[in-house]
Amino acid sequence: MIRELVVVSGKGGTGKTSITAAFAGLAGNCVLGDADVDAADLHLLMSPDVQKRTDFMGGCKATIRAEDCTACGRCRGLCRFAAITEDFVVDAISCEGCGVCVDLCPEKAIDFPVQKCGEWFISGTRFGPMVHARLGIAQENSGKLVSLVRREARNLAEEKGVSLILTDGPPGIGCPVIAAIGGATALAIIVEPTVSGLHDMQRVADLAAHFRVPGLVCINKSDLNSEMTERIEEYAVKRKMRLVGQIPFDPVFTKAMIAGSTVLEYAPRSLAAMAIIKVWREILRSPVMNELGIKDFTTIIQ
Amino acid sequence: MIISIASGKGGTGKTTVATNLALSLGEGARLLDCDVEEPNCHLFLHPQITASEIVTSFIPVIREESCTGCKKCAEICRFRALTVVRGKVLVFPELCHGCGGCLEVCPENAVVEGSREIGVMESGWCGPLGFVQGRLRVGEAMSPPLIRKVQANRNRAIKIIIDAPPGTSCPVVAAMKGSHFVLLVTEPTPFGLHDLGLAVEAVRVLGIPCGLVINRSDMGDDGVRQYALREKIPVLLEIPFERKIAEAYSRGIPIVEIMPEWAQRFRDLYDRIVVLAGNWGASQ
Repeated sequence: MIRELVVVSGKGGTGKTSITAAFAGLAGNCVLGDADVDAADLHLLMSPDVQKRTDFMGGCKATIRAEDCTACGRCRGLCRFAAITEDFVVDAISCEGCGVCVDLCPEKAIDFPVQKCGEWFISGTRFGPMVHARLGIAQENSGKLVSLVRREARNLAEEKGVSLILTDGPPGIGCPVIAAIGGATALAIIVEPTVSGLHDMQRVADLAAHFRVPGLVCINKSDLNSEMTERIEEYAVKRKMRLVGQIPFDPVFTKAMIAGSTVLEYAPRSLAAMAIIKVWREILRSPVMNELGIKDFTTIIQ
Repeated sequence: MIISIASGKGGTGKTTVATNLALSLGEGARLLDCDVEEPNCHLFLHPQITASEIVTSFIPVIREESCTGCKKCAEICRFRALTVVRGKVLVFPELCHGCGGCLEVCPENAVVEGSREIGVMESGWCGPLGFVQGRLRVGEAMSPPLIRKVQANRNRAIKIIIDAPPGTSCPVVAAMKGSHFVLLVTEPTPFGLHDLGLAVEAVRVLGIPCGLVINRSDMGDDGVRQYALREKIPVLLEIPFERKIAEAYSRGIPIVEIMPEWAQRFRDLYDRIVVLAGNWGASQ
């Protein structure tokens, strides 16, 4: 039974990637996935050795062949994304790839080539295989690429007989996050004790409840505001999310990042490292992550 | 003057810069919170909301009495939001991008205009400062239509500050498009640098001039500054890490409230942006 732990936060910059990397070191045998395809950073700590590189073909974009266009204006009238200029050129950034203009142009003067929207990779790292990706700049379909990364990570885990997938998730609650959490065994929600951290965690909890994925809450930089840390804990308990611990604010996070290593490799005796080890044990001990894969519906976020 | 605050990496201080800049400008300024997945500016500004509007996107509604099951609607839909099973059209609203193609091709006029709520747009005031934010409905995947709606509150005559979402894909592009200047907020760390590089590429795709704010400027290494020098991106402001600032932030208090001397620094920042955007405009 393969279990997948997806690390999310709602708010960006709470420590998702640094903590995912540290978990990877503790997990021993796991497959890593970087589902933050928009601004992927996990590779900066993993120094992956890329073994397979594949183009990610996303949606199509319309292009008007000027020599066949009679400037009748039908496409401009149809386009709901205002992507066609007055002189009948498609603005690739605004084009949604719906193909309505392509199908309904009376002159059949619009092509619809499929776009390369990014790349994805299978790599080896010192902690096990890793699937990661790079979405092209200003591209769409990030949800599709996230789904692809997760699917490939699962295939790899099956192939290698690995029972744990660790996925570094994207911030926010939109399309890539929806693609990152559906069907996950559990979410590790990394929160910082700030009004923004709490607010954004509430929205992630709502999203997780919507998709019926259990949540485990870890408070990072917990000593920055102990009153807010308490409020987050109360909120988590109320929503039936399990508390898996606190990590104090520690500059070794930044130092480890600069060294390209995990907090545990860089400063194994630091307070942060000790706290991360404790959090990881709590995660493994939580009923949702049990190795038999028995679903416990009482753990669903309320 | 329209200024977008963006970053690539999340949590670098976009909201801090956007709210403090807007508060420092005060009268004649308007803040648009376009980070609709996680709008946070209101936590620092406590605006009085005077208007609220539900924002919707087109979805098809099928009038079954007129539908012949010809499948034309399902064939034009690139997003598989429509499918025909045993002569009956099934609609999957969450997959619909709102292009309206099904409406156009139905020979029986059996497809009519319906709507799906994508979020709420709220507007109001924070003292003399105008405020508008979008709040994406939880479970909704498509934020750009809501971002464009919030963005429509731009007005060239006044000072517009846009708080953009993190990342480099369609939501950020939707938020930055049409701005005169993009202020990129980063931290001097390897993650900050890596994501800044991606954000700069996105800004360049749009052809907008940009400048840099380095937050927690004394925690990290020299990579971001070297990059800025190499790429000729001006560093317009540095905010050091101070526990006092971090603690105020954690409680939802803007920097200019606890350290009023920062208001002048943010006004100076605005003046420099006006000059840079003007020079850029003249050179184009």
